[in-house]
Amino acid sequence: MTDENAINQQGWDGNAVVVVMERWKDKPGALLPILHGVQDALGYIPPESVPMIARELNLSRAEVHGVISFYHYFRQTPPGKHTIHLCRAESCQSMNGTALEAHAKARLGIDYHETTQDGAFSLEPVYCLGNCACSPALMIDGEVHGRVSPERFDEILNEARGQA
Amino acid sequence: MSTTVYVPCDSSALSLGAERVAQAIAGEAEKRGADIKLVRNGSRGLFWLEPMVEVATPKGRIAYGPVQAKDVPVLFEAGFLQGGAHALCQGPTEEIPYLKNQERLTNARVGISDPLSLEDYLAHGGYRGLGNALNMAPADIVQQVTDSGLRGRGGAAFPTGIKWNTVLNTEATQKYIVCNADEGDSGTFSDRMIMEGDPFVLIEGMTIAGLAVGATQGYIYLRVEYPQAHKHLNAAIAAAYQAGYLGRNICGSGKAFELEVRLGAGAYVCGEETSLLESLEGKRGLVRFKPPLPAIKGLFGRPTVINNVISLASVPIILDRGSEYYRDFGMGRSRGTLPIQLAGNIKHPGLIEKAFGITLRELLYDYGRGSATGRPIRAVQVGGPLGAYLPESQFDTPLDYEAFNEIWAVLGHGGVVAFDDTVDMARMARYAMEFCAIESCGKCTPCRIGSTRGVEVIDKIIANQDRAANIALLRDLSDTLLNGSLCALGGMTPYPVLSALNHFPEDFGAERKAQIA
Repeated sequence: MTDENAINQQGWDGNAVVVVMERWKDKPGALLPILHGVQDALGYIPPESVPMIARELNLSRAEVHGVISFYHYFRQTPPGKHTIHLCRAESCQSMNGTALEAHAKARLGIDYHETTQDGAFSLEPVYCLGNCACSPALMIDGEVHGRVSPERFDEILNEARGQA
Repeated sequence: MSTTVYVPCDSSALSLGAERVAQAIAGEAEKRGADIKLVRNGSRGLFWLEPMVEVATPKGRIAYGPVQAKDVPVLFEAGFLQGGAHALCQGPTEEIPYLKNQERLTNARVGISDPLSLEDYLAHGGYRGLGNALNMAPADIVQQVTDSGLRGRGGAAFPTGIKWNTVLNTEATQKYIVCNADEGDSGTFSDRMIMEGDPFVLIEGMTIAGLAVGATQGYIYLRVEYPQAHKHLNAAIAAAYQAGYLGRNICGSGKAFELEVRLGAGAYVCGEETSLLESLEGKRGLVRFKPPLPAIKGLFGRPTVINNVISLASVPIILDRGSEYYRDFGMGRSRGTLPIQLAGNIKHPGLIEKAFGITLRELLYDYGRGSATGRPIRAVQVGGPLGAYLPESQFDTPLDYEAFNEIWAVLGHGGVVAFDDTVDMARMARYAMEFCAIESCGKCTPCRIGSTRGVEVIDKIIANQDRAANIALLRDLSDTLLNGSLCALGGMTPYPVLSALNHFPEDFGAERKAQIA
């Protein structure tokens, strides 16, 4: 571990990956917690961190890549400043969630799995936030909002922008 | 003397502004010099009243809701700290009919106690079940659970005691208790409410399971979409360790049980038990072939009890009050209570824990008061995205595993999602196939490929291309999925698809399209 211990050429902190691996490597089933730790620290799982994780856990790079790509939550590109998880599931559909989806995409000018040009927002679909008694629902930066009308969606965007 | 004020910290209450309400109450009390104790409870599950604030008065707890931050100064003016009258006052909480008519066993403390206070848990009857279990032989604990008639509340409804007995009787140096907290079904939130509103009951249930089968390590596999539950579980686990309810020497008994939360990563299929075990082992969530059963070869190849949150959270009351007490609720072979989650397009959505046997119509109209939009309820999906859509003619079906089985539907995890008459059932059928395609683990062909072909066929039906032939093809494809898939994801996707087609043929037919045109 030499050049990985500092901000590297790709612009992410290799040390963060080392710290997460140190914490988990001896625990059974460590790969998912490590991937979560890396994404929590860096916002995404840089492809260049895959060989580091593979080496530490004595796995092939293909195995680590396979796990990252299997799970919808893990991402390999940097997210926008704010990530919006918009629920697409049945309960939200029953309360006009489809119209909210269309509004969100139009307002942000992006589709799912994309980030706005200014890097402010990423939009991800989610299949249930467990807020089905208050549909339609979304989560922004880990905070859940319920009964989200298109107008409320715009307010939430503005509130997020206000946080700077 | 200080007045106790309750403001829920349940995700749904927070999603409607409960945090700002709590801050406003604290601020206003300080400004007025009112002596209050703010408790962040779970939700009572009356979601049309959330954020619902309660005040402890000599006459019991008085509810106010739905309260927004801007209402707080007015509530103080109205003397709400003494239970004063106000338009938002709902009267004594326990007298609200929605709540009063329930039979809350598993959710006995949810919304009542402080979820993160072990002291409060003990004050409300917590850890009495464990206390009894510590004085029992493992086989006797398993017998109690078997006698209670408890069946897996995750959806499969397999008798919990029988599963435990298999693990108990399988020799191994290490056994595991795994809690399936990957509550991915749309329309369900009862696991979340337990984990946020009464996390200790789940910890107690898992500890009892460990004692019963001889397992010393437990894992809660929690979905990443539940950050609030994650916080509460971790805080409660830390408190339980601190007080000796978890660890190497539980309550001085010399018995060990360690517990840890692990996060999923947004894969619906990981709610399937063998896929979940793969994920816990740090792999892709590919479904395993069965046999071997997880009870014999489960996590890391060891005997494993894998149960849903509600199943495990129902164990403490069974050990506390006895198996007969629990078994005396319910009907037929569905014993005890089911926390029903009423969601979607419904006026009064919420959590309704009732003995098995209540009908859908009672739920939708007596509790739910009809649709939120005021239009007729046209369809109801019960049991999550793999559950059947039921038309009005089936609303008198009692909630019972066997009764649902008879009408080719499933009760699943008890989620009920209502749709009004604007719903297009062909679109819902298409969505079911699309969801299966997105979430398929890819191991078996019927699910991996059949789901994508299903979307295409339904698109052709919607576009009126060779409709009769494509409907026949969709039925044939559904038959392949039903009988050829490795797990319930592919195997049950035909439930929403075919029930939509069978009960709402007009949405798949030329007549209605012509009418609209």
